[in-house]
Amino acid sequence: MGLIQEIDYGTKASNATKLVSLRIDGQTITVPEGTSVMRAATELGTQIPKLCATDMLDSYGSCRLCLVEIEGRAGTPASCTTPVAEGMVVHTQNAKLAKLRKGVMELYISDHPLDCLTCSANSNCELQDMAGAVGLREVRYGYDGANHLDAVKDVSNPYFQFDPSKCIVCSRCVRACEEVQGTFALTIDGSGFSSKVSPGISEAFFDSECVSCGACVQACPTATLMEKTVIEMGQPEHSAVTTCAYCGVGCTFKAEMRGEDVVRMVPYKDGKANHGHSCVKGRFAWGYATHRDRITTPMIRAKITDPWREVSWEEAIAYTASEFKRIQAKYGRDSIGGITSSRCTNEETYLVQKLVRAGFGNNNVDTCARVCHSPTGYGLSKTFGTSAGTQDFDSVDEADTILVIGANPTDGHPVFASRMKRRLREGAKLIVVDPRRTDLVHSPHVNADYHLALKPGTNVAIVNALSHVIISEGLADEDFIRNQCDWNEYAEWAAFILQPHNSPEAVAKLSGVPADIICGAARLYATARNGAIYYGLGVTEHSQGTSTVLAIANLAMLTGNIGRKGVGVNPLRGQNNVQGSCDMGSFPHEFPGYRHVSNDTARQIFEQDWGVALSAEPGLRIPNMLDAAMDGSFLGLYIQGEDIAQSDPDTQHIIGGLSAMECVVVQDLFLNETANYAHVFLPGCSFLEKDGTFTNAERRIQRVRKVMSPKNGYGDWEITLLLAKAMGMDMHYNHPSEIMDEIARTTNSFQNVSYDLLERLGSVQWPCNELAPEGTPTMHIGAFVRGKGQFVIADYIPTDEKTGPRFPLLLTTGRILSQYNVGAQTRRTDNAKWHEEDLLEIHPHDAEVRGVKDGDWVKLVSRAGETSLRAKLTDRVAPGVVYTTFHHPITQANVITTDYSDWATNCPEYKVTAVQVALSNGPSEWQSSYMAHSAESRRIGAIAAE
Amino acid sequence: MDSNFKTELVEAIILAHQNLEGPLLPILHSIQEEFGLISEDAMRLVASKLNITRAEVYGVVSFYHDYRQKPAGRHVLKLCRAEACQSMGSEENAARLLARLGLDWGETTPDGRLTVEPIYCLGLCACAPSAMLDGEIHARLDAAGLEALALEAL
Repeated sequence: MGLIQEIDYGTKASNATKLVSLRIDGQTITVPEGTSVMRAATELGTQIPKLCATDMLDSYGSCRLCLVEIEGRAGTPASCTTPVAEGMVVHTQNAKLAKLRKGVMELYISDHPLDCLTCSANSNCELQDMAGAVGLREVRYGYDGANHLDAVKDVSNPYFQFDPSKCIVCSRCVRACEEVQGTFALTIDGSGFSSKVSPGISEAFFDSECVSCGACVQACPTATLMEKTVIEMGQPEHSAVTTCAYCGVGCTFKAEMRGEDVVRMVPYKDGKANHGHSCVKGRFAWGYATHRDRITTPMIRAKITDPWREVSWEEAIAYTASEFKRIQAKYGRDSIGGITSSRCTNEETYLVQKLVRAGFGNNNVDTCARVCHSPTGYGLSKTFGTSAGTQDFDSVDEADTILVIGANPTDGHPVFASRMKRRLREGAKLIVVDPRRTDLVHSPHVNADYHLALKPGTNVAIVNALSHVIISEGLADEDFIRNQCDWNEYAEWAAFILQPHNSPEAVAKLSGVPADIICGAARLYATARNGAIYYGLGVTEHSQGTSTVLAIANLAMLTGNIGRKGVGVNPLRGQNNVQGSCDMGSFPHEFPGYRHVSNDTARQIFEQDWGVALSAEPGLRIPNMLDAAMDGSFLGLYIQGEDIAQSDPDTQHIIGGLSAMECVVVQDLFLNETANYAHVFLPGCSFLEKDGTFTNAERRIQRVRKVMSPKNGYGDWEITLLLAKAMGMDMHYNHPSEIMDEIARTTNSFQNVSYDLLERLGSVQWPCNELAPEGTPTMHIGAFVRGKGQFVIADYIPTDEKTGPRFPLLLTTGRILSQYNVGAQTRRTDNAKWHEEDLLEIHPHDAEVRGVKDGDWVKLVSRAGETSLRAKLTDRVAPGVVYTTFHHPITQANVITTDYSDWATNCPEYKVTAVQVALSNGPSEWQSSYMAHSAESRRIGAIAAE
Repeated sequence: MDSNFKTELVEAIILAHQNLEGPLLPILHSIQEEFGLISEDAMRLVASKLNITRAEVYGVVSFYHDYRQKPAGRHVLKLCRAEACQSMGSEENAARLLARLGLDWGETTPDGRLTVEPIYCLGLCACAPSAMLDGEIHARLDAAGLEALALEAL
């Protein structure tokens, strides 16, 4: 296994269809029109020397190394900026070119340190390679002239350093920041000899506008911008292609290794979701895998007030199995269950639901998608016939109007946001529906055409009002509706939409969005050639989450924005594998492939394959499990990789339920908050330590590859197998690929998926079966999966969570770029430097009347509970709305959130809580007692440690 | 914040030019004309109002020598150092003047009256050596002529 070397073609591929033939150094090649001479030569295997060119960026033509001669043309043009032409005859090597190139290299090297042997880029330096390629043997100018060798390093970024003494000012970093990431944080300071790369106004990287995505580091041809891990460890010696385990974008990375140690994660250009780009989390925040807090030995305890006792795997598994059997014997078959993890692989999720259904003998399995995108699954399945987004990410390149609802992609899905921002810079229009002024509403080079700053909880009304305007102004796509939807259903729905309470004027009153803004946005979306909708948890995490998804689907059908590139309804899914965990049958009512457990045909398939009778009764959802625990009928829970005590709403209710159980098993990397209430801790392993697949938000199934041995001894799938065996189940697989084979065998949308296919294609988007042997990038082309698209009436019903004199403000929650969800991983990396604590964003007016100043401790109180955190005054939130993140356990943001939830799926209403804010002098009583309990329950017994 | 910086004034300047195609350069010119320099605060404000980054504004300000980040003297004398003027003795004349004033290139006299800067070609090669004082051009400057010109400013 060697280091994967990706070919750098120097310039981007042309997607022209017309082909052009030319001769390069005597060889003929045919390439699409618009291809550069440099790229055509590289495709022939001819390396033209280059420094400022790289195929992630537009050609620039500044380094003057890639000069070539073209017969019949004057001079020596740069091959990176010269497009091919029919019949062109190119010479890339001759004496004249050699002399020119050597002369250029002499100038570069006359102002570059000659410390190659001790340089961090040694053996992986394009400047070094080019010096070799042009045969540089001397520098006639000497090294004593004016130079930049004393320039001072900037080590402010925790992950990479900037050493300007090694910089050749090729501007690749500046261009990468602009073109790839879209942040524009870098510039060239000065001109001529004094030119130097500068973040912001000559600032340190850490203080600048830099978001630490790593694009500049990747683009740098020298050691000027270099990962600190490479500086410490040296260059990697082998690598494997794998999939990031943070968000639902699913970026492909090369894990570059020295032995079993990760040296760096480098985004892979062939990754279909990210095309060689990354964000600060996937690129740099992987150090948690070897963090000292990681638990690698199983532990058990009889009571949650006891200290933990370290035990062998055999003892931990045997204890768990005997407890589960005891509980079932005493309280019945339905008294235990499991929770699958959207952070784990498809194969692992599949095994947990199989363990529950076939081993426990009930359907008490649920997943964290319950608390995020369950309304998406339900809503899109009902209207379109599939529980997933309709497009691939590439589709955004062809979108003309982008409608973003309740999503903050620049923080939550940064790599996709970069792609969206690039499309916006190309001229696409943007509508943002969000109570908060996110970066997509207004930030450098991004300015939404419409911002519908609605009152939290009024999504359904707004989306229906958009439809109202479209129908009443005759902007509906009647042909599409007649051909692909049921006209009678449409007519019924349209009559409902046209009712006065859905008019923009009526909705303006309750949402706070002016009617003319609603009308303008509706027209912009409806009249776009391609209108694409992207939405996030701001849609789903409401008591009307499912209604909004239905309303969104209606809006897309109404305008015919389904079934081709550039359009669609695209949920931006939170977790790396939340799509996959849903696909794999993690819900209590559904087998893999979204088939109801009462569906006899589906049940028979699994009964036959698994050799056991299965229950046709849907099992318990997470909130029901906790309720049942309080009632004394549900007492054992196997939780794989989820921290419900921190991530689920109404913490006190969760804790009450967990505390009432007799055997809570937590399988995780760290002693998370839920583990404080657990009796068994099974150490889990990270995505770097196991094989498997993740499915991202575009239904793309991608390989996760093991690059180090599990620190805990077993992959998570193996732990589930151990437990299944101890429970008496006959379940055996030698490798996760065999689990995928079983999934393919039992689930039609995965029929053709295999590790061999993934090896061959890199990734594949389900449905992947006899109708689409290599997967389906765009769904519902020509017809909906369910046959006719279904318009479902989704009326706006205000949430029961209302503001009043006691709780006059609305709290909504969200995320920040550098942290991921409950922060179990990112808090254990240097990402914490960007976000040390959760803050309460409050509008200056609301702050002023409460006497709150920026940075003050404030008490945040709701009907459910209270917590304290510090205030940040900002007009990003409207008066009447406050906002916080939930990345830190001390914040206890979910002590505040209520147990209101979506009517169809129980997805909790995280996004709307009526609260009051008042000055406080520190953590609340609950926070203090919680932290004390947390410290107490994390004790690991001294005896076992001896 | 520099003492002269006035947010309202900078905002007014930005507003006056914001609708131009490519408003950045005219805005920077106006700011410099008003304040004699383009401060970091001004750059931040311009960036935020034009919805571009600080880096982009700074890249432009630092690229053009005529944009000042530090205040100049009351008078600015720009001496041409390009080839034609060099061949007519400009370097020697300049060295003598700088020595007399006790300045290096780009520096300002302690009383703040005069800044001497290099410039590379005023397009007056036929009547070299040439210079520009406060935007007005002067040609055929021998050592005495240059000194006289400088003294005029002092």
